[in-house]
Amino acid sequence: MEMLEFVVPALNVKAILPQVILSLTALTVLLVGVFSPQDKKTSSLGYLSLVGVVTALISTLMINGVRESAYNGMVLADGFSSFITLIICVVTILTILTSINYQKFFPRLNCGEYYCLLLFAAVGMCFMGSAGNLLMVFLALETMSISIYVLAGFKTDDAKSIESAMKYFLLGAFASGFLLFGFALIFGSTGTMDLVKISAFLTAHPEVIHSRMLMGGVALMTVGFGFKVAMFPFHMWTPDVYEGAPTSITGFMATGVKAAAFAALLRVFFVALGHLQADWTGIMWLFAFLTMTIGNVVALSQTNIKRMLAYSSIAHAGYLLIGFVAGSKLGQSAILFYLLSYAFTNLGAFGVIALLGRKEGEYTELEDFAGLGFKYPLMGLAMALFMFSMAGIPPASGFMGKFYLFSSAMKAGFVWLAIFGVINSVISLYYYLRVVVVMYFTEAGREVVMPKPSPALVVGLVLAAVGVLQMGIFPSYLLDMARQSIQTMLM
Amino acid sequence: MNQLSFPIISLVTFFPIFGVLILLMIDKESEDILRGTAVAFTVIEFFISLPLIFYFNNVTHNMQFVELIPWVKSFGINYHMGIDGISLWLVILTTFLTPICVLSSWSYIQKYVKEYMVCLLLLETAMLGALVSLDLILFYVFWELMLIPMYLLIGVWGGPQKIYAAVKFFMYTAAGSVFMLLSIIFLYYYNYKVTGVYTFSILELYKLNIPISVQFWLCLAFFVSFAIKVPMFPLHTWLPDAHVQAPTAGSVILAGVLLKMGTYGFLRFAMPLFPYATHQFTPVMATLAVIGIIYGALVAMVQPDMKKLVAYSSVSHLGYVMLGLFALNMQGIEGGLYQMLNHGISTGALFLIVGMIYERRHTRMIKDFGGIAKVMPVFATFFMIATLSSVAVPGTNGFVGEIMILIGAFRSFPIFAVIAASGAILGALYMLWMYQRVMFCPLDKPENQKLKDLNVREIVTLLPLAVLVFVMGFFPGLFLRKMDATVSHFLKDFNTRYEAYAQQQPQSLGDRIAAVLPASENKDKIIE
Repeated sequence: MEMLEFVVPALNVKAILPQVILSLTALTVLLVGVFSPQDKKTSSLGYLSLVGVVTALISTLMINGVRESAYNGMVLADGFSSFITLIICVVTILTILTSINYQKFFPRLNCGEYYCLLLFAAVGMCFMGSAGNLLMVFLALETMSISIYVLAGFKTDDAKSIESAMKYFLLGAFASGFLLFGFALIFGSTGTMDLVKISAFLTAHPEVIHSRMLMGGVALMTVGFGFKVAMFPFHMWTPDVYEGAPTSITGFMATGVKAAAFAALLRVFFVALGHLQADWTGIMWLFAFLTMTIGNVVALSQTNIKRMLAYSSIAHAGYLLIGFVAGSKLGQSAILFYLLSYAFTNLGAFGVIALLGRKEGEYTELEDFAGLGFKYPLMGLAMALFMFSMAGIPPASGFMGKFYLFSSAMKAGFVWLAIFGVINSVISLYYYLRVVVVMYFTEAGREVVMPKPSPALVVGLVLAAVGVLQMGIFPSYLLDMARQSIQTMLM
Repeated sequence: MNQLSFPIISLVTFFPIFGVLILLMIDKESEDILRGTAVAFTVIEFFISLPLIFYFNNVTHNMQFVELIPWVKSFGINYHMGIDGISLWLVILTTFLTPICVLSSWSYIQKYVKEYMVCLLLLETAMLGALVSLDLILFYVFWELMLIPMYLLIGVWGGPQKIYAAVKFFMYTAAGSVFMLLSIIFLYYYNYKVTGVYTFSILELYKLNIPISVQFWLCLAFFVSFAIKVPMFPLHTWLPDAHVQAPTAGSVILAGVLLKMGTYGFLRFAMPLFPYATHQFTPVMATLAVIGIIYGALVAMVQPDMKKLVAYSSVSHLGYVMLGLFALNMQGIEGGLYQMLNHGISTGALFLIVGMIYERRHTRMIKDFGGIAKVMPVFATFFMIATLSSVAVPGTNGFVGEIMILIGAFRSFPIFAVIAASGAILGALYMLWMYQRVMFCPLDKPENQKLKDLNVREIVTLLPLAVLVFVMGFFPGLFLRKMDATVSHFLKDFNTRYEAYAQQQPQSLGDRIAAVLPASENKDKIIE
């Protein structure tokens, strides 16, 4: 048993540069928020945070290619973490652009705390992508989660929002307990929290691989992660939380949290627990199948668009698990590509929902969208594009993403999973098409008026649409980048 | 390879997109300018596509006007396009029918004119792209892309039950095609395993030797996907709904080109990729084709609605095409190809005619008409020409196609040919009976007595079709000679490869799948 010793780590800013920038921005926004008078804030806080995230994004692209383990293996800076940071930055940028429009209807959201929490959540997400130690995974997860619990309940005058935050918090805390307990058992069986060292220990002591303690630890950990990615049967919180949370935050949860949780899942399972792959593949196969099927089938009967997208997000977690089951490098890079594509698509869709707002509440029933396709042609076009992308119809990015995921499954020999995957895509087509049907094929019922959108959100939607089309029509560059980042993952 | 040293196929394929961009810049209130622009673009598009005929080399079976640019390099997906004797006339048919569709919608479409024209032009690009793609993924992208504008055409400008029809159309076709996608991916990895090359190019994949039992499943996925599109009995139920609800131009495009995508898919992809499985499926497909012929004809006979009648006659006609293709001999396949063009022209004309009378009377029920020939003589003439073409009277295009198919089918399966020939009699029966009830009989309904005959625009719309009926009826050689080299090579290749397969011993399915799929231990190695 080696003694725990305290070593002052070398300060390596390069490995955590994006996180540093995001944190500093968060603190600045908080201070500016406190010291600027209430009536003069307008959207300056949003733009200030935007500058910070864009800087973080640029720094990520600049340090892309760094490959090192920093802070005693706590942080692994490699292509993988860069790609995750890239996704998180895109998610955060689009969320901020949506929030700037959204706060016009809900001025309460326009304060330093909101953007500060958003940025800290992003910091946590980035660290989940680069954590090299179970403890770091947990810290990052909590940084992210606690910020989001608060954000979900940010509409303090709306009972649904409070309910959403309360539900998310209680269940989330419970899930964190599972995760931590799982970590403890893994530590107990291997004597280390370091992902790379766990793998080395298991190579040296193959008899531990099938010990009950380690298996129990992996199972509990799966529960914890499963909760965060909304995997069946840990998905029950999703619709209520997504429906109640402010729309700008719902998109953030659906894409950012999912990306971060999948990043940690991939890193922990493939770096530390690669030896157990044969054991978890079977159960994950089942989870993947059930997650996508339940998500899609229940989404069929939803009439609230936010709830529908919540179930659709469960289904997408199922698709992503297909890549996880495939387990190959191809499958992992497919997950990265899909996460980015899903970020553009889903945030675009939530951005469109955020366009329609008013002081008393939002229009989130499906029937509110009746006839809007021709009334607001550009908005309709954007929403149709995002829906077709989610359904996986070319030339939108969702097609390329699904093609990539399913082909990884086919290649790894999971033909049936791929077959269930495409059957699910057809089921999902029905409810995504229904949005198009409502927007274009039916006459307007209730008088829904779209207030003039702020330029920020317009830019955001254009970015999302360009992202969707770019990834669908010219996917080469990002495909190679995703592949590259898996190849350079530190093992 | 490209005899023009100019990317003409890309120009033909994407020229309508250029039209879309222009349309988007025009104010949506100035509807006549929008209509005029759309007509101009589609007519220019037709003329741009004509060099394909003039520079087409009749002698070679190779792909012509080929363009090949890497698209997604890491996957080996290419922007690979080319034309041969199978696709040439279908491309021309598409560029020929689209301006007619735009013209026919001139007064029929009154709301959202701009969006309508944009949909039609997008649809044209998607259809052309699917016809000229030589890369399976590229083809799949265009194939799925066709769905969106057609779905909107039915759903926005359709009849009372448009939503049901549009969603059914989309779901049916998409459900069929996703399994084709899985098959494509499977082929891709199998090809890599055998040859070490990542490619989706069908010209390369044609050469693959696919284990027989796996071939069966792959072939089935392709067959189902294309059979839904054709549509073959019993997968045809979306078609009458879609046709009846769609606006006239939508029906014309649907019957004229979209359905041909199914038969084209059989000939281009399913049959040459899987010769052995195709051969095994032939009795089933021929039976379904014959059932389709008779069933379509019988159901058409009892339809009270003219449009539904024409829709069911499509099921019957496409049955002929499938019977010809699966006869797997020169006459059968060329007849099938010829009948695809005929069907596009004659059924296209019939849908236009039904649309014109509907615009005047706002009903399509046969019982609401009678004696129309007296008040609308020009209309009656065109209607007669289209009817005769559909019935396949000698001298019209329909005769050439049908007789070739029947000769081809008789050589391969005489009994089916005899049954199919009786379908031709049923065809004459329901078409002429409808013509009689609508055009002759006493002119006893007061609403029908003041009907105006066709105006100049409508005559311009129908005239090219009527002329083609006779040109194709009297000079079939003009069209068939361009198909000869390709079709005879197709048959030669198909038969050689079938013989090679027939020598192999079929193995059990489990063994075969295990042999094809990479084992799980070495999958990371395979990716490199």
